[in-house]
Amino acid sequence: MSELEGSGYKGKAFQLLQQADCSVGDILKITSKGKTYEGILIPRFGEGVAIIIKMKSGYNIGIEATTEVKVEKIGKGTVPKFEAPQLPKQKPSLPHVVIMSTGGTIASRVDYRTGAVRSAMSASDLYGVVPELADIARVDTEIVYSIYSENLTPQNWTELAQTVAKRIEQGVDGVVIAHGTDTMAYTSAALSFALQNLPVPVILVGAQRSSDRPSSDAATNLIGAVKAAGEAPFAEVGLAMHETVSDIATVIHRGTKVRKCHTSRRDTFKSVNGFPIAKVQNLQITITSDSYQKRDPKRKITLKPHFNDKVALVKFHPGLDPAVIDFYVEKGFKGILLEGSGLGHVSKFCFDAIKRATAKGVVVALASQCIWGRVDMNVYDTGRDLLSFGVVPLEDMFPETGLVKLMWALGQTSDPKEATALLKANVAGEYSPRTLPQEEKLPNEGGN
Amino acid sequence: MSKTPIDYAKVGLKCGLEIHQQLNVNSKLFCSCPPDLFKEDPEITFLRRLRPTQSELGQVDPAAFFEFQKGVKILYEANRKSSCLVEMDEEPPHPINLAAVEVVLTASLMMNMQPVDEVHVMRKTVIDGSNTTGFQRTTIIALDGWIKVGDKTIPMQAASLEEDAARKTGTQDEGKTIRYRIDRLGIPLIEVATAPVIYSPQEAQEVAFAIGRILRDTGKVMRGLGTIRQDLNVSIPNGALIEIKGVQELELISTVVEYEVQRQLGLIAIKEELAKRGITPESLKPDFADVTAIFKDTKSKVIRKAVDKKQTVLAVKLAGFAGLTGHELMPNFRFGSELSDRAKFWGRVGGIFHTDEILANYGITTEEVATLRKAVDAAEGDAVVFVADTAENTQDALKAVVDRCQEACTCIPQETRTAKDDGTTRYMRPRPGAARMYPETDIPPQPITAELVEKVQAHLPEPADKKLTRLIKQYGLNEKLAKQLIDSEYIGLFEETAKTSGVQASTVAAFLTETVKALQRDGIHTSHVSDEQISAIFKAVGAGELAKEALADVFTWLSKNEGKNLQDAITALGLKMFTEADLVPIIDRIVVANKQQIEKLGKNAFGMLMGAAMKEVRGKANPELVGKLLRERLK
Repeated sequence: MSELEGSGYKGKAFQLLQQADCSVGDILKITSKGKTYEGILIPRFGEGVAIIIKMKSGYNIGIEATTEVKVEKIGKGTVPKFEAPQLPKQKPSLPHVVIMSTGGTIASRVDYRTGAVRSAMSASDLYGVVPELADIARVDTEIVYSIYSENLTPQNWTELAQTVAKRIEQGVDGVVIAHGTDTMAYTSAALSFALQNLPVPVILVGAQRSSDRPSSDAATNLIGAVKAAGEAPFAEVGLAMHETVSDIATVIHRGTKVRKCHTSRRDTFKSVNGFPIAKVQNLQITITSDSYQKRDPKRKITLKPHFNDKVALVKFHPGLDPAVIDFYVEKGFKGILLEGSGLGHVSKFCFDAIKRATAKGVVVALASQCIWGRVDMNVYDTGRDLLSFGVVPLEDMFPETGLVKLMWALGQTSDPKEATALLKANVAGEYSPRTLPQEEKLPNEGGN
Repeated sequence: MSKTPIDYAKVGLKCGLEIHQQLNVNSKLFCSCPPDLFKEDPEITFLRRLRPTQSELGQVDPAAFFEFQKGVKILYEANRKSSCLVEMDEEPPHPINLAAVEVVLTASLMMNMQPVDEVHVMRKTVIDGSNTTGFQRTTIIALDGWIKVGDKTIPMQAASLEEDAARKTGTQDEGKTIRYRIDRLGIPLIEVATAPVIYSPQEAQEVAFAIGRILRDTGKVMRGLGTIRQDLNVSIPNGALIEIKGVQELELISTVVEYEVQRQLGLIAIKEELAKRGITPESLKPDFADVTAIFKDTKSKVIRKAVDKKQTVLAVKLAGFAGLTGHELMPNFRFGSELSDRAKFWGRVGGIFHTDEILANYGITTEEVATLRKAVDAAEGDAVVFVADTAENTQDALKAVVDRCQEACTCIPQETRTAKDDGTTRYMRPRPGAARMYPETDIPPQPITAELVEKVQAHLPEPADKKLTRLIKQYGLNEKLAKQLIDSEYIGLFEETAKTSGVQASTVAAFLTETVKALQRDGIHTSHVSDEQISAIFKAVGAGELAKEALADVFTWLSKNEGKNLQDAITALGLKMFTEADLVPIIDRIVVANKQQIEKLGKNAFGMLMGAAMKEVRGKANPELVGKLLRERLK
């Protein structure tokens, strides 16, 4: 009985393979157009009708399944057996760090037979793939989710915060959370609000090049994250990724001030309207922020894990139909984060809809779609009008952190006034009173 | 080393060829960058480490893992003209370049191969740094064909399309940082492989030549040094399957094969001699002696330098190896060189010393050698190897030396070697394991439809025999010239020039074959002159702006002055052609000077006068014009 379910084959190819009693991994002989091909049957992903085999040379080729094609099974596949290497002796002097994974593969092994990539998330696996870790920390691992990061929801943030809090209460020196990079900054903001009074650091980490390739940034980032979680002098939620496109340093961004800024580069995460907390290079931690919450294992964590997902993000653009705002209000949403233009504006055509929203007790906040800089709604009439309707300006918070903050505030209270007060309070460094220039000194020849 | 010619049939030589050639298409294989190299300082540099990925079985490539453990870093150099984020491994690859697929399809059909129905791009793990990703993207386009070479049918295994690698530009930090330039990375390469059915060095060269001609016939491959690389697989019974990478010159192939057979025969002889001497792997111990003190007052420059830098001189005894380290395996390549290559690779040292060489040449005294032998307890039949470098590097180097000597007792090690310009080969790395290919999931499979194959089939380039007949007929060439043209890389340029320049086809053909070859023999780098320049030269001749006698001089000048153009050459060589206005006074003067003769000979004086005029203006004037002016003057 062939096991082709999940192999991805359909139609004629499926039929031919089933008739020949083939499963993925079996050795086949295919005759087509007067030539014969031998190789291992490979699963098929996505579109296409060809049967894919891996030849002895290691190459995969696709042979179209037509009525003239003959398929014969000439050998049974053997599933490679992997025996995890023995756990190296954990050095008792090293800090104890828990690595949690939410999905993606921060560490993985390649099955060269079928091309499948398997996650390597047990502690012994991790030491095998990133041997440097054994000299940095005593590592424990915990798989919390196996979800693509775009499929994570605020409910997952709540559970994740609870899991982290539990481990911290049990007494660990730091927590690392491996996370898909797409929504990692949302999670880092969410955890920043949910995990208050942290005694030890909580560091999110990801990779822009998957860990099955030799050039992956995963190992460097993981080493930086584990080092910071175990030893950094701060106790905040941070996000560890490459500083530049080189494998030199990992920077730890503050959880509320970090944003994914490039689709594919290793240094995609940037601290926006703020600076990273620290940098890890050659296993040395350098602090790069003048203020942070100090590590204090005796401090009691305060867990505020709830989020309200009835919050919408509305990006203003020329021609935005105010009916969009009315729609959310009618659907019972409790908060709307307006992504305004420039210093914090939306067109006058939206004014009535916004008034209707605030009148109904919907909390309407505003952050700028410029990403960089601070909103100031006192400069122009439009801004002053919006303030008068009860719109809450979010200062130098960029829209994604603003959205998460609004969800969190409305998760703490259903009272719009209380939620607004929470929204305005600086809970986790999301507001910075001073916006500092990013510029550096001109080179000498640039002037006197 | 055997001095008598080797009987290859008796030796049982088997050889296979892999020919790689860059494709002349507009952009790289997986992005839109132009396939251009740069010579200037890089605009961008970045530093990376490559990490051996674990296979499902926990296997890693030993050489790769070693380099990784040693903390080897790679410094990449780039400029914005030739590389984008794709080559930097900062952006996923774009879909495969279909123009490149079509070129490989064309070559495949010319070699009677069957295209696959669907192309799957694979990642071939390569973590020496030559690919930013840690793998080379490669894909099979067609399989199982044949070509005729003389009377023999050579089976062709496969035609692949792959991305070229970055080029190494140096090392720094005692070899711990390797520099690579990524301009070449991603240039499409065709790879065609024969079955291992070649039985002599000469035949290897002929087959490579035949394949090269087919590739050229596609009209879509690059020319010049560095655009073609021939890899060889060479094996003999009781020897090993050796992969030789990067033979750049076609003419070198037979020598490379010959030397490799010599090397393997030499290694077999050493193995037999060791057995006779009773030496086993256990006889060779990795016991290293720090002999720095012996050399504290040495006159040897190399060792002096290391000692002054507070580095280490480390020595090891090779029991029973006396005389064998000096055994010549290839010209100027002894078993000691074999050890040295290993030491360089694994220990990052500049080289080693061994007691089978004349150490006085390096300023090492007999007293020093005697003390050294004593320090490692070497008896008369033993050899000693010593090396000066950092403590870590000398340890790694001597460990590699001992490993190699242990292998010498039992086998000829399978390895990947690289070809040098003199035809000898050097150790490159151990042969990689077979399990190092996995699918490139960022690129969707590319179907090769029946329509595409039909389209390519319908436009296949003319086969060589048909082309020969046509060249003779169409351009009035003799058979010898036509044959030379077909084998020449300038065949495409010839046809274009013969049609458009106005210069007689046989003149163009003779220049592009015989003259160019003669210039190459004189050491002129003919590849430095571009097709556009050659085309311009002939156009100038056709227009009467340049004498055909000056062709070779202009060509030579341009080859030595890259970046300059034809006008520069004409000016520099003083080849400016005389115009009518320049010629009139000259002819006038000649006529006046020969007045008596003209009166005596009348019309018959023309030949004599023409001779006199041409003597003065040869190479700088169009003879037809001189004749015309002279005739008018004589009226």
